Amino acid sequence: MRGLAFDIAHLLAGGLVLVSFLQLYQDRLYALLNVFAVHALLLALSVAWQAHIQDAWHLYITAAIALGFKAIAIPLALHRIIVRLGIHREIEKVVGVGPAMLLGIGLVALSMVVMLRVTAEADPIAREDLAFALSVVLLGLLMMVTRRNAVSQVVGFMSLENGLVLAATGAKGMPLVVEISIAFSILIAFIVIGIFLFRIRERFDSVDMQALDRYRGERQ
Amino acid sequence: MSFFDALSAVLIIPIVAAALLAVLPGYRLTSRLNVVASLATFLSALSLFFARPQSGPYLLVDDLNNVFIVLTTFVGFTTSVFSATYIGHELETGKLTAAHLHFYHAMYQVLMFAMNLALVANNIGLMWVAIELATLTTVMMVGIYRTHEALEAAWKYFILGSVGIALALFGTILVYMAARPVVGEGLDAMVWTTLLAHAKDFDPALLDVAFVFLLLGYGTKVGLAPLHAWLPDAHAEGPTPISAVLSGLLLNVALYALLRFKMLLAVNPAALAPGPLMVSLGLISLVFAALMLFRRRDIKRMFAYSSIEHMGIITFAFGMGGPLANFAGLLHMTMHSLTKSAIFYAVGHVAQVKGTQKIADLGGLTQSDPVLGWGLVLGVVAIAGLPPLGIFMSEFLIVSSTFARAPLLAAPLVVGLLIGLGALFLRLNGIAFGEPRGKSAPAHASYVPMFAHLALVLAAGVYLPPQLVIWFQNVAKLLG
Repeated sequence: MRGLAFDIAHLLAGGLVLVSFLQLYQDRLYALLNVFAVHALLLALSVAWQAHIQDAWHLYITAAIALGFKAIAIPLALHRIIVRLGIHREIEKVVGVGPAMLLGIGLVALSMVVMLRVTAEADPIAREDLAFALSVVLLGLLMMVTRRNAVSQVVGFMSLENGLVLAATGAKGMPLVVEISIAFSILIAFIVIGIFLFRIRERFDSVDMQALDRYRGERQ
Repeated sequence: MSFFDALSAVLIIPIVAAALLAVLPGYRLTSRLNVVASLATFLSALSLFFARPQSGPYLLVDDLNNVFIVLTTFVGFTTSVFSATYIGHELETGKLTAAHLHFYHAMYQVLMFAMNLALVANNIGLMWVAIELATLTTVMMVGIYRTHEALEAAWKYFILGSVGIALALFGTILVYMAARPVVGEGLDAMVWTTLLAHAKDFDPALLDVAFVFLLLGYGTKVGLAPLHAWLPDAHAEGPTPISAVLSGLLLNVALYALLRFKMLLAVNPAALAPGPLMVSLGLISLVFAALMLFRRRDIKRMFAYSSIEHMGIITFAFGMGGPLANFAGLLHMTMHSLTKSAIFYAVGHVAQVKGTQKIADLGGLTQSDPVLGWGLVLGVVAIAGLPPLGIFMSEFLIVSSTFARAPLLAAPLVVGLLIGLGALFLRLNGIAFGEPRGKSAPAHASYVPMFAHLALVLAAGVYLPPQLVIWFQNVAKLLG
């Protein structure tokens, strides 16, 4: 049973890293959102599995948040925002697919080297989870810096946060996990509301004067 | 622990005030309530000096955070006085509406609550949640004017701040992982006092990695140089009271979080020394910000870069460690909070009088608005580190202790300080002296908070009370 518990946890966490890679090369916002929903679903499964093997019922709450909020509610809300703002064609990337994937592979290798070395004495599930979690975090960061569009930056941030939840649930018996996942959900809800209310389309460092004029026109 | 002691008061007063301010009508009533609540919080924080409540698994008061709490609530109180006149003017000129006012005042108190919570938290998870809350509230305040620039600044702050706190959370989880085999599962492994008692047995490799994440994460919130990009925009576009609170307080709170973790590493002999990392980040911030000071066109942005410079100096001092450098770091932090918020009070009124923040449109302030102009001059003289003001003393201590221990590091430190000083005076000359430029509209300013702060800075430069010196020395020893 111990072996199976480990294998399933490993499978789910590894799946998260794989889906993070899938996100890296999506060049359409709708497809990106669908992939993110899969990411959140895998997280929910992984957290639920941790709840089961650790006998920690409160982790089911975190799993439920991941499923209901991040796999369903947020992708739906972002879908509507994309439709409303009419930005489904905007697929600007700073770095091409090839270099981004190579960078991603480098980051995963880095996190494996770092985490597996420093956690040599921790129990194997937590150890693998932590290494995968750091990979997911770094891939999320990579996605945030390689995209120009606000929606895909938010998706990058959310997958980064999925990695953090994975790490927190993998650390056996960690208190405040539920509270932290709720705090993160509030943060994300604010970001999403912010995009919608303020119609933020572009990343911050590209101030496009035409966009500014358009913006003023809409407000008046 | 009694149900209502001073410790719970510094948390409960702001949160109750926030709830009241969100619903009560009228500018006069709410701005006064804001001042009264901030004063009450300050007084209860002050009483912590005399009667210290027992620390529990969630809350803690010791010599270190007591200094921070008193400083935070004091600047929170004076800023609320400044904010009352500032916001009154913004209402008159129609830049803010009554609806904004509810939001602004409630958020102000929530921010005070979050900062106090982060300071008194004994639980590293709770501390993280509090810093996240403080980030959220300041993001919303920065974007309050709803101009394109303000929203962009808020968005940038939001994204970078979120990434910062995400990295800090990863570091926090790693600290828990390091503590779990020694302390055991559950709540205890996140209680800071328990962690400190057992930190010498933690896995050093795990602690090292954790500290790197915490340094990057909380360092983003401190505004250390490669991670500072959000800071100038957030300062320039938000309401000036918020710039004062950001510079004077929130940066300190993030640094405080970092110091707590530094203390954990310091007791573990096998862990990496956090000092060199902090020293290099501090020096980079100092020199970078000092160079950036030259080409600023916006007065609030300029002083935001000055904040990066000073946070760099403080991080450098704490990174050097040892009783003298820690003492100087604490003193510098206190002096910087007081001086920088005083400068922002002056700048806020200047921007209202002149109707602009552009340095090119400001000139001859000492002639057109003598009190404000000379207040600003005094503030800049203080922040640039000229004697006999308090910052001179702390910078002198930092430089001399660096010369004694690592003369090579002292060279970039002194160069950075001198560049910063030159840049500030170059800009100040145009702003404060010469022919008055630009339009001038009357605005009733409140000079009391500004001059109160400057008087304190001057007094500290001339004479430090021995009790304060002993207190700071104790804290410096605690920091190791």
